[in-house]
Amino acid sequence: MLELAAREGRATTDADLGKSPFAIRGLTVAYGEKPAVFSVDMTVPEGSMTAIIGPNGAGKSTMLKAALGILRPLSGQVTVFGRPLDEVRDQIAYVPQRASVDWDFPTRVIDVVLMGLYRELGLLGRVRMRHMARAMDCLRRVGMHEFAERQIGQLSGGQQQRVFLARALAEDAELYLLDEPFAGVDAATEKAIIAVLKDLKTAGRTVVAVHHDLSTVRDYFDHVFLLNVRKIAEGPVDEAFTPETLQAAYGGRLAISQHDLFSRNRS
Amino acid sequence: MSGEEFVPLSLPPLLIGTFAAIACALPGNFLVLRRQALIGDAISHVVLPGIVVAFLLTGAVSTWPMMLGAMGAAVVAVVLIELIRRLGRIEPGAAMGVVFTAMFAGGVLLLEQSDTSSVHLDVQHALYGNLESLIWLDATGWGSLLDTDALRYLPPELPRMGFTLLGVAAFILLFWRPLKISTFDEGFARSVGIPTAALGLALVVVAAIAAVAAFDAVGSIIVIAMFICPPAAARMMTNRLEVQVGWSVVFAAVSAVLGYVLAGYGPLWLGADDAVSAAGMIATVSGVILVLAARFGPCRTRAGAPAEG
Repeated sequence: MLELAAREGRATTDADLGKSPFAIRGLTVAYGEKPAVFSVDMTVPEGSMTAIIGPNGAGKSTMLKAALGILRPLSGQVTVFGRPLDEVRDQIAYVPQRASVDWDFPTRVIDVVLMGLYRELGLLGRVRMRHMARAMDCLRRVGMHEFAERQIGQLSGGQQQRVFLARALAEDAELYLLDEPFAGVDAATEKAIIAVLKDLKTAGRTVVAVHHDLSTVRDYFDHVFLLNVRKIAEGPVDEAFTPETLQAAYGGRLAISQHDLFSRNRS
Repeated sequence: MSGEEFVPLSLPPLLIGTFAAIACALPGNFLVLRRQALIGDAISHVVLPGIVVAFLLTGAVSTWPMMLGAMGAAVVAVVLIELIRRLGRIEPGAAMGVVFTAMFAGGVLLLEQSDTSSVHLDVQHALYGNLESLIWLDATGWGSLLDTDALRYLPPELPRMGFTLLGVAAFILLFWRPLKISTFDEGFARSVGIPTAALGLALVVVAAIAAVAAFDAVGSIIVIAMFICPPAAARMMTNRLEVQVGWSVVFAAVSAVLGYVLAGYGPLWLGADDAVSAAGMIATVSGVILVLAARFGPCRTRAGAPAEG
């Protein structure tokens, strides 16, 4: 099953490699001796919303970080619209896990969003009115414009996540890569985030998110990528998000019953 | 105090102390936020043997041999830490602790064994510096500041520290944006193409240069205190990094000036007849400022603590 799925994935890929906004070939990452991600291929279709799912420790975040050069992979190639990563950083916006930073850092909400304009401003470019207006607009899109002057530590978890999303919006990218954007956020934030992501998709942008909640995969995403160190399956939700592939990815660890999952009930 | 006394005797040590304090406090802001505050401590320990060896080889206390010696010592330290970590199979923190203290102890031994009587380089100097002795005997008053003949005999530590401060400030200003982004969110910084590893290394190198330059003039006690106390106190005054760095400069300058004055005159006011170490008093003042900021600063509570989701 596992081998079959892997072979299928590989067979469909190389032809449309050049067009894909995000393509990974043979990515292997190891912490010490043990591989965390092993020989993974991924081809994200343009304009899709793809969920990367898999059990804890499956290497989802690691794969994303290594693909972005945040971690150093042992091997593997990544192309964005057919070009190497360093040539197209302008077209990528990355939203790290909220818990990966210290929210006690002395800065305001608006300053965090302005960080998204770094590639445009460079080392010494002045922040002008139009930059501020753009940052405020991004905050408005996630419903956080009234918090612009707040210190970031005074925000709730969901508000922090929305600020991170606003920073990514400020980058005005073609490809959005999000690491667990719904982890530990309130229901209102989850709604707000998914609305923004769907707007991005409507505007022709490509969205890839590491996702934990299997019960919302069908509602939120049109493509899935199942990972458990190796690639298990990849494709449109209807084809790749099946009891068989989930069994292969999660094994006995699948806590949620499959009846719940496929009748779209929330866990 | 009249200009005739103040300019030759007090102005140079006041300026040198202030420059040294600010040069260490500026990178200290980022080191504290990156949870690397003890790097200043580590640097000032590790470089001592390097500076002593440079002195033994050249016979003089001058800038470039000292910097090279300090850099050499830093490289030796890194190699030793790596060796101990691999051969001893222990965690990096323990390996660092062993190397830092051993190298400092080695530096102290070297100092004691060598003949440094001709210059101000001994164990006490390494700790307290020699701020009080950095006087400008050719000055006769404020007018000497415009007198090129007299200016040539300024204590060499003053221009050295001045240029170091300029260099440190230029680095922080130029790389402000990437330093801030990568200190807050390293993953995001890498995703926008900021070379975070190189930038982090550059920050440590700049801190090391400030530490070595300050070390000669004011000793390691001030260096260690200034990397941590003014930035930590400044953090509790504001929730904005730009403002925090401003406060840290103010606190560093106040510590240097107030500490120097208190060391010189404080004991007299209390009826004693000796002055106390200026370096010790400057570090103490910075500590008192930190305590006051921790008690009364407007942003002293962890801002993120009560947030509910």
